[in-house]
Amino acid sequence: MNKELLEYGLNINRRKFLSRLSIGLGSAALGSLLIPGLFDGTAAEEEAGFIPGIPHFAPKAKRVIYLFQNGAPSQLETFDYKPTLVKMMGQDLPESVRNGQRLTGMTSSQKSFPLVGSYYSFKQYGQSGAWVSEIFPHMAGIVDDLCIVRSLHTEAINHDPALTFFQTGAQQGNRPSMGSWVSYGLGTENKNLPAFCVLLSRGKGNGQGVYSKLWSNGFLDSIHQGVQFSSGENPILYLQDPEGMDRTSRRKMLDKVAALNEMELKEFGDPEIATRIQQYEMAYRMQTAVPEIMDVSKESDDIIKLYGPECLVPGTYAANCLLARKLSENGVRFVQLYHQGWDQHGNLPNEMRGQAKDVDQPSAALITDLKQRGLLDETLVIWGGEFGRTNYCQGKMSVENYGRDHHPRCFSIWMAGGGIKPGMVYGETDEFGYNIVKDPVHIHDFHATILNQLGFDHERLTYRFQGRRYRLTDVSGHVVRDILA
Amino acid sequence: MKKNYIIGILTVSAVLAVIVFRYFTNKGSGDGASREISYNFQIRPILSDKCLACHGPDANKREAGLRLDIAEEAYKALKEHPRAHALVPGKPELSELFLRISSADTSYRMPPASSNLPSLTPDEIELIRKWIVQGAKYEKHWAFIAPVKSPLPKVNNEKWPKNEIDYFVLNKMEEKGLEPNDEADKARLLRRICFDITGLPPTPAMIDKFISNNSPDAYEQMIDTLLQHPSFGERMAIPWLDAARYADSHGYQDDNYRSQWPWRDWVIHAFNENLPYDKFVTWQLAGDLIPNATKEQVLATGFNRNHKITEEGGVIDEEYRVEYVVDRTNTFGTALLGMTIQCARCHDHKYDPISQKDFYQVSAFFNSIKEVGIESTVGGHETFAKNPRMDITQEDLQGVLNFMNKSDTQGLQVSVMKDLDTARKTYILSRGVYDQHATEVFPGTPAAIMSFADTLPKNRLGLAEWLFDPRNPLTARVFVNRVWQDIFGRGIVKSPGDFGMQGDLPSNPKLLDWLAVDFRENGWNIKRLIKQICMSATYRQSSIVTPEKKKIDPENIYLSHAPRIRINAEMVRDLVLASSGLLNKTIGGPSVKPYQPPGLWELATSGRGLLATYRQDHGASLYRRGLYTFIKRTVPPPSMMIFDASNRDQCEVNRPRTNTPLQALIMMNDPTVLESSKAMADLLIQEKKKPEATVTEAFMRIINRHPQKNETDLLLLYLTEQQIYFNTHPEEVKKITNVGEYKAKTTASPVLAATMQMIQVIYNMDEAITKT
Repeated sequence: MNKELLEYGLNINRRKFLSRLSIGLGSAALGSLLIPGLFDGTAAEEEAGFIPGIPHFAPKAKRVIYLFQNGAPSQLETFDYKPTLVKMMGQDLPESVRNGQRLTGMTSSQKSFPLVGSYYSFKQYGQSGAWVSEIFPHMAGIVDDLCIVRSLHTEAINHDPALTFFQTGAQQGNRPSMGSWVSYGLGTENKNLPAFCVLLSRGKGNGQGVYSKLWSNGFLDSIHQGVQFSSGENPILYLQDPEGMDRTSRRKMLDKVAALNEMELKEFGDPEIATRIQQYEMAYRMQTAVPEIMDVSKESDDIIKLYGPECLVPGTYAANCLLARKLSENGVRFVQLYHQGWDQHGNLPNEMRGQAKDVDQPSAALITDLKQRGLLDETLVIWGGEFGRTNYCQGKMSVENYGRDHHPRCFSIWMAGGGIKPGMVYGETDEFGYNIVKDPVHIHDFHATILNQLGFDHERLTYRFQGRRYRLTDVSGHVVRDILA
Repeated sequence: MKKNYIIGILTVSAVLAVIVFRYFTNKGSGDGASREISYNFQIRPILSDKCLACHGPDANKREAGLRLDIAEEAYKALKEHPRAHALVPGKPELSELFLRISSADTSYRMPPASSNLPSLTPDEIELIRKWIVQGAKYEKHWAFIAPVKSPLPKVNNEKWPKNEIDYFVLNKMEEKGLEPNDEADKARLLRRICFDITGLPPTPAMIDKFISNNSPDAYEQMIDTLLQHPSFGERMAIPWLDAARYADSHGYQDDNYRSQWPWRDWVIHAFNENLPYDKFVTWQLAGDLIPNATKEQVLATGFNRNHKITEEGGVIDEEYRVEYVVDRTNTFGTALLGMTIQCARCHDHKYDPISQKDFYQVSAFFNSIKEVGIESTVGGHETFAKNPRMDITQEDLQGVLNFMNKSDTQGLQVSVMKDLDTARKTYILSRGVYDQHATEVFPGTPAAIMSFADTLPKNRLGLAEWLFDPRNPLTARVFVNRVWQDIFGRGIVKSPGDFGMQGDLPSNPKLLDWLAVDFRENGWNIKRLIKQICMSATYRQSSIVTPEKKKIDPENIYLSHAPRIRINAEMVRDLVLASSGLLNKTIGGPSVKPYQPPGLWELATSGRGLLATYRQDHGASLYRRGLYTFIKRTVPPPSMMIFDASNRDQCEVNRPRTNTPLQALIMMNDPTVLESSKAMADLLIQEKKKPEATVTEAFMRIINRHPQKNETDLLLLYLTEQQIYFNTHPEEVKKITNVGEYKAKTTASPVLAATMQMIQVIYNMDEAITKT
């Protein structure tokens, strides 16, 4: 019996543990020795074709770091170079291109839809010759490690449903987050840390909120919930002991609690009590393990230089990128960052430059850092927002100043590591940057691909809830095989 | 497939002949004589789970034109192979269904590999075979047959039952070879009823009085007293607020403030007044349509306006208006019917006889509200309630709404229901998309449950009448089941939101039906129902789990011992505050903002609106019961969420109950718990008790029983150790007692610090947060 697995199991609730143990270990007899009566009841709740903790096939990626750019950065100022828009600056979007597609209430009543080209210049970089905007010099420098997908599309046109769609596979509703699915599917690698961690930061640009439902476990066990790490002294809620209580005192106190709980266990025989005892022990271990991870004082000067000086300021995007590497390196399955401030309905040229400055270097540094540690192969890194932006201007337009509305028909993201083809540009949009003309990738396809890299057939990673087997990809989705290494 | 069919059937028949032969020979004699197989309880779950996704009610996904959920369809000649039949009653060897599920040939076997569904187990195959032998008889789904009271079952141990519930429970136990536990000790029993009825722990004085009262009515009297306590309404409100997705913010993008709390106060009031369940629900569904409706009845309709409402600029109005209608329809389905009708929003239900048309017919009842998708973006108090809304005036507070807790009504408004003068047209929406109108539909209900009578008004009031028609098979069962679940931790039907074919079957169907009918026959009396359950011998058993019972019934489905259940999030908070004496017992009023780790709202906000920053309350507002803690939907209170409270995003009728390290961290480090330890320590020191009496008193306040000797010894030893420690660490004394706003009356002495630590240990006992 693998002690770690047993302990991990005890950290979940008992019933789930039984079902997991009974199959996850493949040693049923041993399981029933440990817990008499294991197989007499209705304990097993395993899903068809899926055993929690065991992937369907050998995974390429063991962990994911998702650098979510919240608010939706414009593809036209970052990775989808459209010289036509510069040439046709100010001319109206041809109806043949828009083709009646719906617009948000913010611009649907506009009298005209003047096309607007990128304020920033683009150049080609690397072996792949990918076009990258001037606002991302560091990302341009590692472009051969990236797979830029310019043909993402979604149905949602507003932030809340779009974000929810990206994170949970459905626009509405209390479904589990992608990180929760991964935690459910793969389990934990480090018994002292949660499998799914969430880090928040905010840029200076126009912001949109995030919501804890985005990292909710939905109907999955709450052990799979994203644990939000905050900057400052209390990285995990309620982690820090009160002032005046040192580790020795805490240990003593917990020993008394354990002794009392043991008495109760003896009297009542309820296995939940044993679980409670285990949970207190895990809490105690987390109290040491988490602050150790948060401590960047042992990072070398080279690393600090790589991520930039902001990485020493807790709560910044740079600090979160560095922390993401440390968490991932320590076995956290899914590290989800959210960086707010990308909603440029107006004042785009000015705001995007600031936003880009915050994220460019640390995002690139994360890739470089993982690579030099030999971790990039087994870590899938994703960068991108919830939808794209319109090719026409929202509100007043001048050469120096313009804005862009929400655009779900196409947008760009990049992926790196985890068995994704490096140095690749995938998908193509029309010369107006409005419609996809080649290799569209739907959100469900994107999810299917991520799960594939983690060793899961997205159609078989299911959880039965209220009579239905749910998937991250709902009822569709295809693995985008073209971008697999 | 078609091409190979004949060849297939030949080869397969040969294989099957062997298999079928084996079945017959292995199982030996007595096929026909063996126990009658129940379609509803044994066969349907198999068909539903493994077959109906492709051979069920959803016409669009039906394969080979075959439908297995309806007898006539299943007996028919197969569309693609007219000579074969899926089911031939009495003849498994001629039933294609049986041949397919039991085939060794994977290309022939059902369900096919491409469905990702598991094959049937040998037991399941055998059950189906026997069922076909016995005539392949179909029954209506159990939950769609109106419940009837069956006679009390015979039991061997006739001394044990205290009321009707016990006959049903004991009968099952005896069937399974189980015996009930002895009655729990008095103190634990008292704690149980206190939490189950009022959500609060008993005080030490109550405990001693109850233990020393040897009158045979003592227990019953205590239940009656507790039911009259105003905290009963607060306790009952919590699961109802979950089902009604009540919150203090609008949800979505900016998630600004909403002033819906007067509706919550009404819920508490209604439970305390013991408003019968039929009225309670009718007012909430259709209070505004009742002739000469009072403002109280209109306030009740806030139920249907508790859903999220967007304030995100630029949304498409109709898309969100439709979303609200759908939310109401789903909530109606889950909370009141226990049906997953939301599945039929985009397509016919895959398992239950609810068509897409049915869904939109039900939605038609909720589609004519005088509302828009987006009324306003983040703004001042005029945005805190959305149209239609109701003003609450001084006059109301003195009159019909005098249960509300607020002296100042300046601009106070609540979202309520009001229909348009002419009904909006309702259409089936293709794939559930808001602007994809298909056929027009009119208010109606799923015929499989119960048709909507022509005589009923085609509005929400009519819908309420339909719900409380004695022939309605679901309403009473669903509510009784949820009350049972609140008390025993698990419903008689384990899936309280799904009584459909994919839901769990009742563990004790006759008990469920008896309770449901009894509840209806006795005027939908909620307090009576709770008393009935608490008075039963089933409820009063001790919660000791023996290894034998664990072996026979690991999940305690048959209730041969009382369940041990971790109390819910609100009760954890209430226990801590009540035991320390800090609890502020005020009922109702605007929600409050107690201690919360800094930065949570600030980090997640768009920056707009009243709730961009968390402005913590001070003074007495810090000590209100858990149900008054402010719920901002996008960042719900973390200490509640960690104990599995609902985020109120959508209707929720079944909170999970987990056991995690984050819960341990809360009990160890949440300032509310630490402050309560300090307040209690301060109180006990003022009483100048001896150390042993201090330990006993603290233990009784939290665990609500006298400590056993080994418990006292351990805690006394710890108290002494801590005192020695703090005597030599004066700096630590200052630090550890510096928590919360509570000002201790005694000085920050080593005794205070040590007593506080000892109390902390008790708060962290498993038993503290468990109904035992």
